[in-house]
Amino acid sequence: MDKVMRMSSEKGVVIFTKSSCCLCYAVQILFRDLRVQPTIHEIDNDPDSREIEKALLRIGCSTAVPAVFVGGKLVGSTNEVMSLHLSGSLVPLIKPYQSLLY
Amino acid sequence: MEMMSSSSSTQAVSFRDMGMYEPFQQLSGWENAFNTITTSNQNNNQSSSTVLEVDARAEAVAIYAQANYTSLYNSVEAEPSSNNDQDEDQINDKMKRRLAQNREAARKSRLRKKGLCVRNSSDTSYLGPAGTMNTGIAAFEMEYTHWLEEQNKRVSEVRTALQAHISDIELRMLVDTCLKHYGNLFRMKADAAKADVFFLISGMWRTSTERFFQWIGGFRPSELLNVVMPYVEPLTDQQLLEVRNLQQSSQQAEEALSQGLDKLQQGLVESIAVQIRVVESVNQGAQMASAMENLQALETFANQADHLRQQTLQQMSKILTTRQAARGLLALGEYFHRLRALSSLWAARPREHT
Repeated sequence: MDKVMRMSSEKGVVIFTKSSCCLCYAVQILFRDLRVQPTIHEIDNDPDSREIEKALLRIGCSTAVPAVFVGGKLVGSTNEVMSLHLSGSLVPLIKPYQSLLY
Repeated sequence: MEMMSSSSSTQAVSFRDMGMYEPFQQLSGWENAFNTITTSNQNNNQSSSTVLEVDARAEAVAIYAQANYTSLYNSVEAEPSSNNDQDEDQINDKMKRRLAQNREAARKSRLRKKGLCVRNSSDTSYLGPAGTMNTGIAAFEMEYTHWLEEQNKRVSEVRTALQAHISDIELRMLVDTCLKHYGNLFRMKADAAKADVFFLISGMWRTSTERFFQWIGGFRPSELLNVVMPYVEPLTDQQLLEVRNLQQSSQQAEEALSQGLDKLQQGLVESIAVQIRVVESVNQGAQMASAMENLQALETFANQADHLRQQTLQQMSKILTTRQAARGLLALGEYFHRLRALSSLWAARPREHT
């Protein structure tokens, strides 16, 4: 889906979320702790929210939200983000986008 | 990334080195401890080890527990024989039976509270008044009891293997079996979350001491490393770095999930407490629907917490050598076993009758 392609290939860390989704919030907290400011796309208020959800699932995200992209590439949902982080592979991935402050 | 460690210090690990079993001589005060527990408040003039002088009761329980484990797990290292062997054996047997009885009683009590009919310890039929039985939870409790029994066997196997100096390949298989067993637990818990997520997260299926340390229905992943570290040293610099990173990342992941859960609770409160009027609100449907959505997410959080636990275990075993991983799993298994047994001891302690 074009919209998803466009939004996901924005620079840095991009996360598709829903305002009611608390796991999405948890993932955002994690990135904040890692000194990254992700671009958040809250899809519940998007008129194309259904299509976006379907597209995210089609791309291979285990759950539609949260859907995390880094540098245009799909990382995955909460499971994948957590696994990557515990294996030490998440930080190298997001290093270019980490804030130098604090 | 396994380092083949050939130093003799990591090959021959005695249990003294592991620090898990005190030399038997230090337990000479345990008979007194036993007396202190069973007769309350009366033995102030006991001439016993200094341990009993301060906070006698708490220390006594600890020593009592330790004595029990020494006997339960039959340390292979021949302990120096003492005159009291026979008495202590009898008392150990009594303790074993008492602990087993307490566990059984606690289990039956839990099942009774659920309205499940409990006949005897070997009866596995979960009949209850119609409508009050949750088959998913009943199945989980049964499976968990089996899991615990299996876990004890797994831990014993690892202990024996470490003493026997088996090959790394065989040891690796044991380590993998242990990890798979933990995996089984997380799978069982996922099913239980579907049946009754509140039951799972409450930890009612665990002992009270385990609940005391609980994080989202289970042990705290970052705590795992704290328990295990003393028993897997010495580590290489590279390993130390990786362990520290794992510690940090598991803490960060825990923090993120905890905050997400807080937000869930907050959202729940907001959806229930909206527009409370003196006159009963007509349209509660929408509020409840929103609240239900929140609760639905609880199952996902429980699963994510278990996912963290599993990942921490997996990563730990990747960082460590096979032998270190075996020692780590032994330490972890022993730690949880003691925690559970402490619960039984606590429940069995004599109370003062007023």
